[in-house]
Order: sequence, then C-alpha cells, then structure tokens
Amino acid sequence: MEEVLAITDKVVDKYGGDPESLVEVLREVNDKSGYLSREHLARIAERLSQPLSKVYGVASFYSLINLEPLGQHVIRFCQDAPCHIVGGREVWEALEKELGIPFGETTLDGQWSLLTTSCIGACAVGPVMMVDDDIHGNLTPEKVRDIIADYREQDERATATAVQGGQV
Amino acid sequence: MIRSSVLISGDPISLSRGAEETKLAIEAELAFYGLEDEVQVGYTGRVSRTDVVPVVVVYPDETVYGPVSADDAAELVEEHLYKGRVVEHLRVAQEVASAEIDTLDPEGATLYGQKRVVLNRAGRIDPYSVDDYIAYDGYFALGQALAEMTPDEVLEEVKASNLQGRGGAGFPTGLKWTFVAQQPETTRYIVCNADESEPGTFKDRLIIEGDPHAVLEGMALAGYAVGASEGWIYIRGEYAMAKDILNHAIEAAERLNLLGDNILGSDFSFHIHVHAGAGAYICGEETALLNSLEGKRGSPRIRPPYPTVRGFRDKPTVVNNVETLANVPPIVLHGADWFRAIGTERSPGTKVYTMLGDVNLTGLVEAPMGTTLREIIDIYGGGIKGGKAFKAAQTGGSAGTIIPADLLDVPMDFASMREHGAGLGSGALLICDENTDIVDLAYVLIRFFRTESCGKCTPCRVGNVQMLESLERLRKGMARRSDLERLEEIATYVESASFCGLGQAAPVPILTGLRYFRDEFESRVRD
Repeated sequence: MEEVLAITDKVVDKYGGDPESLVEVLREVNDKSGYLSREHLARIAERLSQPLSKVYGVASFYSLINLEPLGQHVIRFCQDAPCHIVGGREVWEALEKELGIPFGETTLDGQWSLLTTSCIGACAVGPVMMVDDDIHGNLTPEKVRDIIADYREQDERATATAVQGGQV
Repeated sequence: MIRSSVLISGDPISLSRGAEETKLAIEAELAFYGLEDEVQVGYTGRVSRTDVVPVVVVYPDETVYGPVSADDAAELVEEHLYKGRVVEHLRVAQEVASAEIDTLDPEGATLYGQKRVVLNRAGRIDPYSVDDYIAYDGYFALGQALAEMTPDEVLEEVKASNLQGRGGAGFPTGLKWTFVAQQPETTRYIVCNADESEPGTFKDRLIIEGDPHAVLEGMALAGYAVGASEGWIYIRGEYAMAKDILNHAIEAAERLNLLGDNILGSDFSFHIHVHAGAGAYICGEETALLNSLEGKRGSPRIRPPYPTVRGFRDKPTVVNNVETLANVPPIVLHGADWFRAIGTERSPGTKVYTMLGDVNLTGLVEAPMGTTLREIIDIYGGGIKGGKAFKAAQTGGSAGTIIPADLLDVPMDFASMREHGAGLGSGALLICDENTDIVDLAYVLIRFFRTESCGKCTPCRVGNVQMLESLERLRKGMARRSDLERLEEIATYVESASFCGLGQAAPVPILTGLRYFRDEFESRVRD
C-alpha cells in the first residue's frame, strides 16, 4: 500500500496535481505498476480532487491502461486489415496454439498475456506484434514459435543466474 | 572539422533489427581509426523501405548501404571512411534502390518523379539535431514571417495556397484558421492531431521521426497567423519514440529562441506541449481528442459548435493533422504560387501515402496530388507481388473505400476521388491481389470498428455488432438472403445516424464493397 501511494504521488506531483493531466497520470502510474488497482485509482482521485467514478471511467476507456494484472510478458498482436491480408490469421492461430490460451487471457503460470491491439503503425512489415515494448514484424507461424522460444530461454537463463546468485 | 556524416536508420523496425548495435560498432571503429572528430554519426528517422534496414547512409556522397549489421561495421569504416572506397557488396542494389533512394536525393532525377515537400528533409537529417534542420532552410519561414509579414499576410498566403487538411477530410486549412482568427475570444489554441490510429497509416509517425521541427515550425506559424500563443501535440500512446523526438526538438528550439517567449526578439511567444494518449482510436476524431486532452474519456462532442469556436478548454482552437502542419513552412517560405504549381488545380501539393498489402515494395511514398493509383502501384510499389492481378484497393485506411480496378486511373486528389465515390482519407493504400476474399476483408474491418466504437451513440455501438454478426454468417457460408439485406440496411443507418465520424465511416467499406463486389457477397448466401 505504501508503495502504491509513493508511486502514485510521485507521478501526480510531476504533473503538478493538474486534473487535466488525468489520462497521462493514469498511463504513467500504470506503466510503473503494471496495472491500476482500486488503491491506485482511489489515490489518484483523491490527489486530483476528482470523483473515483470519473477516474475509473477514464481508466477503463483506454486500452493501454490495465485494470487487472497481466503476465510477465505481454503480447499485443495487430488484428487489423493490413496485417490480416498478409497472413495474420495463421499467425494468430499459431500464437493461441503455442501459448495454449485464447486471446484476452493470461497463462496460468503468469508468464504470458495474449492481447490484440489496433494498428501500431508498422504495417509495412505486417503481420506485426509487440512483445512488451519490442515490435516484431513479417511474422509467420514458424517465426512466432521461434520468438516465444527465445523469450522462454532468456527467462530460464535469468532464473538460473538468480538461483546461482542465491537471490531466489 | 567534420568531413563526412554517417546516418543510420533509427526507426523502431531498424532498431529491432540491430540498428543500435550497428551504430555502436561504427562509432567504435571510427574511434579505432581516430576518425571520431572527422565523421559525425547519428540516426535518421526514416527510409521508405523496410526490407533493407538497418540502412546506413554515408554523406556527402549519399552512398546507401543496407542491411548493415554490427559485424559489417569494421569493413565499412575501414574501406569507405578510412580508405575512401565504396563497399560494393554492402550497398543496396541499384535497381532496387531506385525506388528507395528517393528519400535521400529528392532533387536527383532517379526518383520517378517523386515530389517531396513534406518529406524533403526526412532521411537526410538527424531528427535530434536542430542544426541539421536549420541547415536545410529550417525556421526560415518563421523568421521571415516574424520579420516581414503580418499575421494576416501569413493567413492569406496559406489560404491562397489552397492547402487542404491531410488528416482525411480535406478541409481547407486557411479557412479553418480564418474561423479561429475571427473569434472575439482572444485566448486561442493550436492543436496538432498526431493521434494517428487509422489502420495502415503511419505517415505522421515517420514525418515526426524524420523531421520533427517541420511540425513545430508549422504550429508556430499557425499560432502567429491566428493569434495563439500555446499549442499542444496530441500524440498516440503507442508512439514512444516519436514522443521522445518531439520533446527533444521542443527543448532544442526553445534553447535557440525559435520557440518560447519573444521568438527571435519579436513580440510573438509560442509554447508547445506534448500530450500522449493512452490507446483509443476514437481520439483521432477532433472533439474526442480535445476531451482526452482535457483529461476525460475520449468521447466525441456535438458539433456545432466546432472546435474553431469552442475547442480546447472551450476556447477557439485550430486542430490540424501532422502532415498539414508540415506543409505550412514551405508554403510560407516559397509562396502560395509555388505550392499551387504542384499537384492538381483543385488539390494542390503532394500527398504522403503508405503503401501496403500485396505489392512488392511496401512503405512510404510522397507524390503530387493527382497521381493515379495505377502509377503508385506500378512505379513505387514495384507492381503486385508474385505477378498476380490487382483486385481491389482500400484507400484511406479502415474507414476508407474499397475500390475496383476500374478506378485505377482516377487522379487521386480530394475532389476527383469524391466524384468517383471514393476517398483519399489518411493516405493509406491497402492493395489486394486476386486472391483476396472481400467478404472476409469486410469482416476484419468491421471487427475493428466494433472494438473501437466508444459506445456513446446507439447506431455505432449496436450497429457494428449487428453488421459483424451478419458478416460472420456470410463469411462462413451460413447466411440467408435476409442477412445480406439486413447488413445493407444497417450499414445505411449506421452511416447516416451515427454521432461522429467514426460511426459514419465504419460502414463505408461494406457499402463500397457491396457496390463494386456484390457478386462476392451474393455467392455466400445459402438460398
């Protein structure tokens, strides 16, 4: 709870407590915390002197603001027409199959969230997805499997190092 | 003494393919040869093709290499920058390059007539360097306006140029500015709409990433013309790099007194703020954008009053697209007559297109208004992929019109397209070959609008769900004739009864798809 307050207050202060900054404050607290809990929203409402209902209304409106915790890695796959006509559907199916979850879900181990996104403006290399902040383009079902395998391998290596260092 | 300059493409796609490693490796090699004071290294925003990135351009001779990995750096630096020999095997192949070098040598003759006004500097300058911008006539228009022109004269010049809004609607920019300048309320604002979310469109991102000061200078000129001293750039939440470049550019311009208080010693002050969105297509609609800018849900407002009368904070506001604003400095600098000589009489100037789908070369192209779709596909796009036949194109993004081969030779400008029932929209050109399933395409497009509808008005909120249901049955071959009739009926209602541009445009692909490809919809009906 104290961490929630500290993160939230820092961002609110950065914008000078200006109610007009609500969208940017929500986004920035979201990016720092991974998602916005009820406590985050209540604190933002209090600090910006806005009703909690309004803050919730704004937070739930925008797709880059999450009201639920997401997986460690978040895949945002573009499902719009330019990516679709160059083979998007096959890639989409491969993603669901590889991760074993449908779009909109998070894996039980909390490693992966599979979301769709509207156009991210990289259409010249479609089909496109973002994994966390990185854009991957010219996707095929094979390439998607390779990319996911790479992330899994990196995560395993990171865990192994942490175990060796006695940090886990 | 700088004798050479090396620019590496630094767009997100290049970065994802190791542009940063390439840059670091080149810098390390330069240090090894003691060349770090003679050769300047930087990023450049944009190359129109993505199959050869990361691209490295060596100036002054404008040799284009690509793709260049970190492993190639040693050879490139030793041969080209130390010994002065071009590394042939790393160069972008010549016949391929002719469609792409365009970005680097706009005055050269290798360009198939590509005309660059907006993208004149993109790809030639480092977007992080205000000096580069100034070296290519940057801020000359603003300086000239402040020293020699009254605000009215700037406004009249833009009006006389007949520049039309490049965000999609094609509304005359000068007229919009006049509306704001005439308001009795003297607190006025300039808002740059950089919430580029139309699927298939990324021109604004590349303009900002390639030449950010052009947008800032355009905003300052707009502010001077209409009497505004503050401007906001509303940039979509997903464009992290473009936002960073803009913030950097504003700081640099303020340091040189090209923005801020009493610009260049004049009475005119102009401050620009950058405001990031948080993911909502609707915020590209100008009144929804203004609500979002004020920290609210991005729901559209009723019009009238238009933003020119009551916009941001209920004050008179100019809302212009990125590309529109980037056209303003050259118009003020070279004059309306110069601008009107480009393009067509009814729509002067150029248009920046994004070319996508089943063409050999996808990417960005700037061409004079009036260039036909056939020319764009054949010349800049290198023809249809795999030698297949053209079937349809969707012009103007997902809210755009689906047009058949019959319209390939219509000169593309706002007026001519409108006369043929087609739209230029945002400039996205989605090219579909003979294998494209139009019903499936319509399904994907409506799925987008169902997701992005803000829910404020019933026709759009419910209509898109119903259209999607009908299309789903058609797509699967489970539809009855009544489904097709219902689809058409609802599409007509949604177009005429929706509250804002999003809902009004959503059925356009269905209605134009039905107009030109009705057989394909009919063939899916189970009688």
